[in-house]
Parts: sequence; structure tokens; C-alpha cells
Amino acid sequence: MTTVADMIRDIFREGSILPVDIATLSDSADLYTAGLTSHATVNLMLSLEEKFDVEFPDRLLRRRTFESIDAIKAAVGELLDQKAAA
Amino acid sequence: MSDLLQRARRVGAEVAARHASAVDADARFPRESFAALKAEKLLGVMVPAEFGGAGASIPEILSLCHALGQHCASTAMIYAMHQIQVACIVRHGQQSPWHRQLLQRLAGEQLLLASATSEAGVGGDVRSSVCAVEVEGQRLKVSKNATVISYGADADGILVTARRTPDSPASDQVIVAVLKGDYRLEQTSSWDTLGMRGTCSNGYWLHAAGDVAQILPLPYADISAQTMLPTSHLTWSSLWLGIATDAVARARTFVRAEARKKPGSTPPGALRLAESMNLLQHMKSNVVAAARQYEAALGSAERLTALSFAVAMNNLKIGTSQMAVQVVNHALLICGISGYRNDSEFSVGRHLRDAHSAALMVSNDRILANTANLLLVLKDDPGLFP
Ligand SMILES: Cc1cc2nc3c(=O)[nH]c(=O)nc-3n(C[C@H](O)[C@H](O)[C@H](O)COP(=O)(O)OP(=O)(O)OC[C@H]3O[C@@H](n4cnc5c(N)ncnc54)[C@H](O)[C@@H]3O)c2cc1C
Repeated sequence: MTTVADMIRDIFREGSILPVDIATLSDSADLYTAGLTSHATVNLMLSLEEKFDVEFPDRLLRRRTFESIDAIKAAVGELLDQKAAA
Repeated sequence: MSDLLQRARRVGAEVAARHASAVDADARFPRESFAALKAEKLLGVMVPAEFGGAGASIPEILSLCHALGQHCASTAMIYAMHQIQVACIVRHGQQSPWHRQLLQRLAGEQLLLASATSEAGVGGDVRSSVCAVEVEGQRLKVSKNATVISYGADADGILVTARRTPDSPASDQVIVAVLKGDYRLEQTSSWDTLGMRGTCSNGYWLHAAGDVAQILPLPYADISAQTMLPTSHLTWSSLWLGIATDAVARARTFVRAEARKKPGSTPPGALRLAESMNLLQHMKSNVVAAARQYEAALGSAERLTALSFAVAMNNLKIGTSQMAVQVVNHALLICGISGYRNDSEFSVGRHLRDAHSAALMVSNDRILANTANLLLVLKDDPGLFP
């Protein structure tokens, strides 16, 4: 079964979001240390919104939301839960 | 009026104004202004009281930049750039013993700090570095081909951005504070420019060595978003407003003199003066609203790193940098040839040349491109008041 983390990793791979291969990083690794720029963060967000059919509210549009795969997973999870409850 | 503002106005009117023409003509460091600012203990005002400073708030600092900008834009810009560096240490250095000691020295010795963010090879993209910090044991080394270090030769210390390690990507940066004695500057270019001539923003190869404790603990990305970017745009905007304010003051004197010569008829420049006042009010409202927004977000890393906050601070800079030139241009049209002359009391030539630096000091096109990118994901705020 593909997990949310796998789907997030697919986005990194397909969108060349990072200068390094995402497979070399753990879910808790700091993505900014790995070269994530604020410009790339926007592309990442757009791809996440497209892939999971969610919309990031302004409250989540901050640096820390995207600092690791774990953090992104938590944010996407929260948005998917909200969607399911709506 | 606060005591700090009174002191800054005195330095502005009695010292900076007197030497502004010479500083501009000779493109030299405004040493008289800085001797006076040091004597008035205005360099370390932002340092919290527990470290010996005055604990000045952001609105107070902005008022000081605004006051100085009305007399000598180079003095005001150097003062602003110094305060931006101090703000980074105040906000992000208090957990580090080395930087706590620096805070004490900033207040006690009134040290002047410069900034080396721009670098050859990355253009004006200050969120990327080519140079890197090299660490061996407890010692660090960094060499930077800095295209512009304003008042580098007259500063007591420099905040340098660099990649965290030689293996780090360009965007993974830290700030290192280096003090005179830690570094050597090899001048690579001079500063013979249209305006802001007294900032002496030469290019240098900077070679620094120091202790690893001199690296600010937080990544530069966070320091930039939370402090350096907002305080830059706020202090710069305040001094640009100062430039525009003085140009309008000259235009107003000109129009009044005309009115006195022909009582009963409104001089032709009066209408344009009214227009200038309108623009000036726009600028002021922008600065005041952004300052309030910054103060409200202070202390919350969440709010300071929100994309909507970055967009608001970007817009402040774009707006005031453009309006400063517009307002000074109006003043020029009002004063006519008297404003165009360099030897008249209505001269606004220096104001205009200084104001033109605003759009380039971090290129407005670059900032707009950054905002455009953020707007792809940012949602509209339907409310009037935050
Ligand atoms: C008075 C003054 C004092 C300064 N003091 C210092 C200092 O003390 N320390 C320091 O580090 N720096 C300092 N700077 C440098 C400043 O902060 C900017 O980094 C610098 O002005 C940018 O230089 P640039 O115009 O060559 O580069 P760029 O920003 O690269 O711009 C060059 C041109 O390319 C265009 N451009 C390039 N990239 C993009 C993009 N991605 N999107 C849109 N347009 C783009 C711009 O529109 C512009 O026309 C100072 C500048 C001034 C004017």
C-alpha cells in the first residue's frame, strides 16, 4: 500500500524539489539543510494540493510546515482529516 | 517626543545636515555624524537594558531613521543597516554566551556593525551563498567575495552570511559575526555612484577567522524571515520617507515664498504640493501599518515566518521605494530650476539621486518575482483589520 509519506516522496522525486535524491533522506531529516528553498517550497505546496486535492490554509503556509517529510505528513494528514469530516 | 528622538534630531540638524553636501560630493564616510551618534549613545539603543542598552522598540528605531533621513540619507542608511545587524543579534543571539557579550559591547563601546550578504556569483540573491564556513576544532574560517560592504572600512564588525559547511547546498546558510581583528578586507571595487555616496559601499574580499561560537545558532533562513527582512524593509522605508519628507519641506517653503510675493493668488506649485502631501501620507501609512504588523508578530516565530507576513513586508518596500522617487520628483517640479540647482536652498538633486537607490537595494523586480511566487499559494485575506 502506498502511504502518504510515499506519495510525498514521489512529489519530491518527480518535481526535482531538492538538489539531492530524496531517497537518501529519512522522514525526519531537515529538508532546508538538504537545500529546500522558499521558491521550491511553493512548487512543493502546489504539487501537494494537486495530488491530495486539498488546500493549504494561510495558517499552514509557514516554513516549519515543510521542514521534514514528517512535518509535511502531519499537515497533509490534518487537511485530509478535515476533508473527510466535512 | 522621546528623548532618543530628540537626540537623533539634534544630531541630524546640527551635524549630519552640515556635512551632507561634503559627504555626497566626496563620497566619504559621514564621520562627523557617527562621532555624534556614538557620543549620544544612539548606536546601541536597541540593545536590551540588561545588557546596558536602552531597549528601544522598533517604532523608536524607525523614528530615528526617519529623523536622520531628513538631513543626510547616507548617514541614515548606515544607521539603518547597523540597526538591522543589531536586531539580528538582539533577537537571535541571546541564548549564546558569545553574542550576549557582543550585546554588552554594542551598548558599552557603541560598536558599528556592517553587513556582507551580497556575493559575487549569486547576484542580488542573498538567500544563496557561494562561500562556506570551514570549521576545524573550535576555530572557523570563511572567505567571501563580497560585492558590496557598505562602510566596511569604518565598521567595528561585520555580519557575514555563508553556507553552513563546504558540503551544504547554497540555500543552507548561517550568519557569522566577525569583529575587527578577526578579518582582513581586500578592496575589489570602489563606490562612485549616483547617490547614497557616503555609504562607501565598496566591494571586498573578506577573509575572516574566529571561534565557532561566533555563528548565530538559528539558520539564516529563519533570521532572514523573522528579523533581517522585516527590519530592513521597515528601517529603509523610514529613511526613504525621511528623504521625501525633507524634499517636500523644501517645496513647501518654496510655495509659501511664492504665495507671500503675490498674496491673494494661489501659486501654481500649490496643487502639486497637495499631491505630494497625499503621496507622503501614503508612504507614512504604509510604514506605520507595517511597523504595527511587525510588532504584533514579534516573539512569534510562527507569525513572522508566515508567507502572508513576507508578502506584506515585500509590499512595504516596493511601495515606499517607488513613492520616495515620485515625491522627490514632485518637489523638483514645484521648485523648478531652484530645485534643480545644486547651490540653492531648494535643491533636491541629492534627494533624488539618493532616492533612486531604493528600488535597487535588493532589486524591486527580484522582490516582485518572489511575491509573485508566494501568491501562487497564498489565500486572499477578506478582512479589513487583521
Ligand atoms: C546603497 C546600497 C548599499 C548596499 N549595501 C550593502 C551592504 O552593506 N551589504 C550587502 O551585502 N549588500 C549591500 N547592497 C547590495 C544590495 O543589497 C543588493 O544585493 C544589490 O543592490 C543587488 O545588486 P544587483 O542589482 O547587481 O543584482 P540583482 O539583484 O541580481 O539585479 C540585477 C538585475 O537583474 C534583475 N534580476 C536578477 N534576478 C532576478 C530575479 N530572480 N527576478 C527578477 N529580476 C531579477 C533585476 O531586476 C536587476 O535589474 C547595497 C546596495 C545599495 C544600493
